[in-house]
Amino acid sequence: MSKTRSLISEFFDKYQIDHFDDYIRLGGFKGLKKALEAGPDYVIEALKKSELRGRGGAAYPAYKKWSSSKERQAPTKYVLVNGDEGEPGTFKDRDLLDKDPYKVLEGLIIAGYTIGAQEGYIYIREEYELIRQKLTEAIAHAKHHNYLGQNILGTDFSFQVKVYTGAGAYVCGENTALIESMHGNVGRPRVKRPRVSEKGLFHQPTMVNNVETFACAATILAHGADTYANAGLNGFKGTKMISLCGNISKPGVYEVPFGITLREIIEDIGGGTRDLSLGKFVQSGGASCALIPYTHFDTPYTYEDFDKEGFSIGSGAIVVANGNIRVVDYLSSVTSFFEHESCGKCTPCREGTKRMHEIIEDLCRDQASQKQIDRLNQIAYTMIDSSLCGLGQTAPAATLSALKHFEDEIMESVVL
Amino acid sequence: MVKVKINNTSIEVPKDFTVLDAARHAGYDVPTLCFMKDINEVGACRVCLVEIEGYDKLQASCVTNVREGMSVKTNTKRVRERVRTNVELLLENHNRECTTCVRSRNCELLNLAENLGVTELEFQGQQRPRYFDDYSPSIVRDSSKCILCGKCVSTCKDVQGIGILGFQNRGHMTNVGPAFQAKMNETDCIYCGQCVNVCPVGALSEKRDIHRVWEAIEDPSIQVVVQAAPAVRAALGEEFGNPIGTRTTGKMAAAMRRLGFDTIFDTNFAADLTIMEEGYELLDRIQNNGVLPMITSCSPGWIRYCEFNHHDFLPNLSSCKSPHQMLGALTKSYYAQARDIDPDKIYVVSVMPCISKKNEAARPEMEQDGHRDVDAVITTRELAKMIKQAGIDFNNLPDEGFDDFMGDYTGAGVIFGATGGVMEAALRTVADVLTGQDLQAIDYQAVRGTDAFKEATVKIGDLEVSVAVVNGTKAAGQLLEQIRNKEKTYHFIEVMGCPGGCVNGGGQPKVTQHIRDHINLAEKRAQALYAEDLALPVRKSHENQEVKHLYDTFLGKPNSHKAHHLLHTYYTKRVK
Repeated sequence: MSKTRSLISEFFDKYQIDHFDDYIRLGGFKGLKKALEAGPDYVIEALKKSELRGRGGAAYPAYKKWSSSKERQAPTKYVLVNGDEGEPGTFKDRDLLDKDPYKVLEGLIIAGYTIGAQEGYIYIREEYELIRQKLTEAIAHAKHHNYLGQNILGTDFSFQVKVYTGAGAYVCGENTALIESMHGNVGRPRVKRPRVSEKGLFHQPTMVNNVETFACAATILAHGADTYANAGLNGFKGTKMISLCGNISKPGVYEVPFGITLREIIEDIGGGTRDLSLGKFVQSGGASCALIPYTHFDTPYTYEDFDKEGFSIGSGAIVVANGNIRVVDYLSSVTSFFEHESCGKCTPCREGTKRMHEIIEDLCRDQASQKQIDRLNQIAYTMIDSSLCGLGQTAPAATLSALKHFEDEIMESVVL
Repeated sequence: MVKVKINNTSIEVPKDFTVLDAARHAGYDVPTLCFMKDINEVGACRVCLVEIEGYDKLQASCVTNVREGMSVKTNTKRVRERVRTNVELLLENHNRECTTCVRSRNCELLNLAENLGVTELEFQGQQRPRYFDDYSPSIVRDSSKCILCGKCVSTCKDVQGIGILGFQNRGHMTNVGPAFQAKMNETDCIYCGQCVNVCPVGALSEKRDIHRVWEAIEDPSIQVVVQAAPAVRAALGEEFGNPIGTRTTGKMAAAMRRLGFDTIFDTNFAADLTIMEEGYELLDRIQNNGVLPMITSCSPGWIRYCEFNHHDFLPNLSSCKSPHQMLGALTKSYYAQARDIDPDKIYVVSVMPCISKKNEAARPEMEQDGHRDVDAVITTRELAKMIKQAGIDFNNLPDEGFDDFMGDYTGAGVIFGATGGVMEAALRTVADVLTGQDLQAIDYQAVRGTDAFKEATVKIGDLEVSVAVVNGTKAAGQLLEQIRNKEKTYHFIEVMGCPGGCVNGGGQPKVTQHIRDHINLAEKRAQALYAEDLALPVRKSHENQEVKHLYDTFLGKPNSHKAHHLLHTYYTKRVK
């Protein structure tokens, strides 16, 4: 039996975007029809039952976000699709938008209907130019067939969708920075007062979700919460889109059931690490997450089990490193990424990412001192404890996990 | 009100308080670097960290609101260590030439580092590239000292409504400066210096001209004439430990004499003269259908702002030079003639609360008959530095007066330094001239106070004169827009480029943010000026005997041909 699933990704590569009727024949937009028929409360109940969590990385229960957005009384509300997908090793949103843009649109329309918004925006990272074109086309087709626009499918509900392109900064995946950049300001996070849910896009209440969250919502509505939930293994509910890459034979985007083990993902789905060397560690969830050493490869891929170990599902990225990779070299690519992507607003992140990278570089050259390791820890914990946004708070995670699980190897590079 | 516990102190505070407000209210100081109430509440520097029960991470107290029952700890090992590491990180990327830095005496970063006991930095990594810009006559920018708090950015954009400075690049390469790394003199910066005033470190400062002044003083063949603007005496004392709002007119004159200046005139004299020239110009415009509203021209920051942003109002600007330029021009003509001194051998120094005055004095048109009106402009801060360099015990100086000829002044001249002061002084004179009486009700309360915008209608004889007073260029821009849209009409408008007027100018003594958060600086300093006004026997510009003498013996009458030649100027449309 195949270890992957086909629910969120059920229509991948099965239709062409300009053949809208084919899509409907496949069963597309069934979720939207169900939502329009059963009402907003039904949608929220279904999200709750399926235990869907936000797929951008923070894993906040989707039904909570949707119901509080629904309850907020305001004449104008927005729904925003965060398609900035900047987390290194993550490319599942690209596949979702590329291979089934209608499903993402469907989820967005359902969200607009549920919370009572009139307009939705899709924020796409700059590099996804072809996808942007495709999506714009999909919006036109959906509109033409009355799945978007005025009085959708003959109901009172009207909804417009616009596409917005980012300018390439990783930090703009953070909701407040994303909105700042949409306002034409420098993409820097703002302090969380007021929250985006109160005062977001164009200073109106805004609900932001990841691309995959919308696709999941559409799937849940189309197939029912039970069908979706039961696709998980050993009582864990639902499936997750993962981006598998690194030292792996068959890199790609896969839909996996929650409850599968990392070993199954690496060996059965990914075909094992390349060149016959053994897997050494994976980084799951993105550059901002911990390294998982080979000793923990039997951990089930679930929010609960990962939390217990200090690991992250995060965005669903799984970067595999085999025995040929030196931990410090891997860390160097991570710290260099954060040094480059820190927005520069708050002290610990702006200065800390730079200093961490300098120390890791010294480790790579086998020239680090014990004092530098102490300093590395000090800076890392200061960043976690006092950075303004999630970027700085999570940037040290990989380094700290490496110091925990690969201390012996790292200490080989400490000479002074 | 909500109940909160700060360390061991339980207090009740209004529910819109931040944790920082509450902590300070409870008597615990929490350090800040980037925080400016209502202006820069960005939570960027991360030194105001506190532990709040129920939060797993430390919180920036400046941007966290209190909640009922909140329990806050401001001084734990964890807080101290994290704040200290953040300050160390700032210092590692900071040009630590503290001993020779312009801010060595009052640097907020240095003070904080000292309080935290940072005595050693073990690690010195790479520092970001340095941008140093001293091309403008007024302002110096040194990015190697910038700690990226963003106070200058917010002040320029949100307080002054201009937006020259912004963040560029990202992460460790972030820097603050004009777009595309333009030099300040290539931008539409008006040199108000409000950014300099809020900079916690030495990244922004005035262009220093002290050395030129010393050179002139020490040249025996040159007669050095000094003048000080009204606002200088209201703040100079702060540099010598006196409370904000201390009036030090007499000591200032005494100190200038001891510094070796040959002649001590007073810009207040020229303020009275400005009222004569500007007052008659206004009467002329009103009576002969001239361009109205007439707008004051004493503030060079405002003039530059108007030249760059509101060209259509250039004909509305009074053609009067600013007072210190007038005094400079007269020193090299009227005074030189009377004392038979070669104007080439006179060096005029202006002590100003302003850094834009440096640029104003350097404008090509600010000269007559081949003589620069003013040769050097130094700020209140620079004068204090000179007094210190000369070893003068300022606080124990006797009170002395200014020199005769152009050193006398009235209460009207004194209040020029505060927002509304020029307007009030003008009204006192215009009212007397129009009614032909010596009016006694001369306190125009409606134009006093530090509100950004004030307006009044004053009945003078048969004429209803409607006036407006704005301070800060943002308020000025808004008012001009309303006038343009015909929502407002006035006869006369006073504009001062700095919020609160010259007393809060960019050349005034530095006041740390901590104190700025709590007091109305401009109001306190203005009080000193209004007190002096009340104490003076003569309070109307046209009753200044030396001004009268000037007209009788030299200029003829206000707005005469000679007065125009020496005391008036023109403006230029400038493109951003």
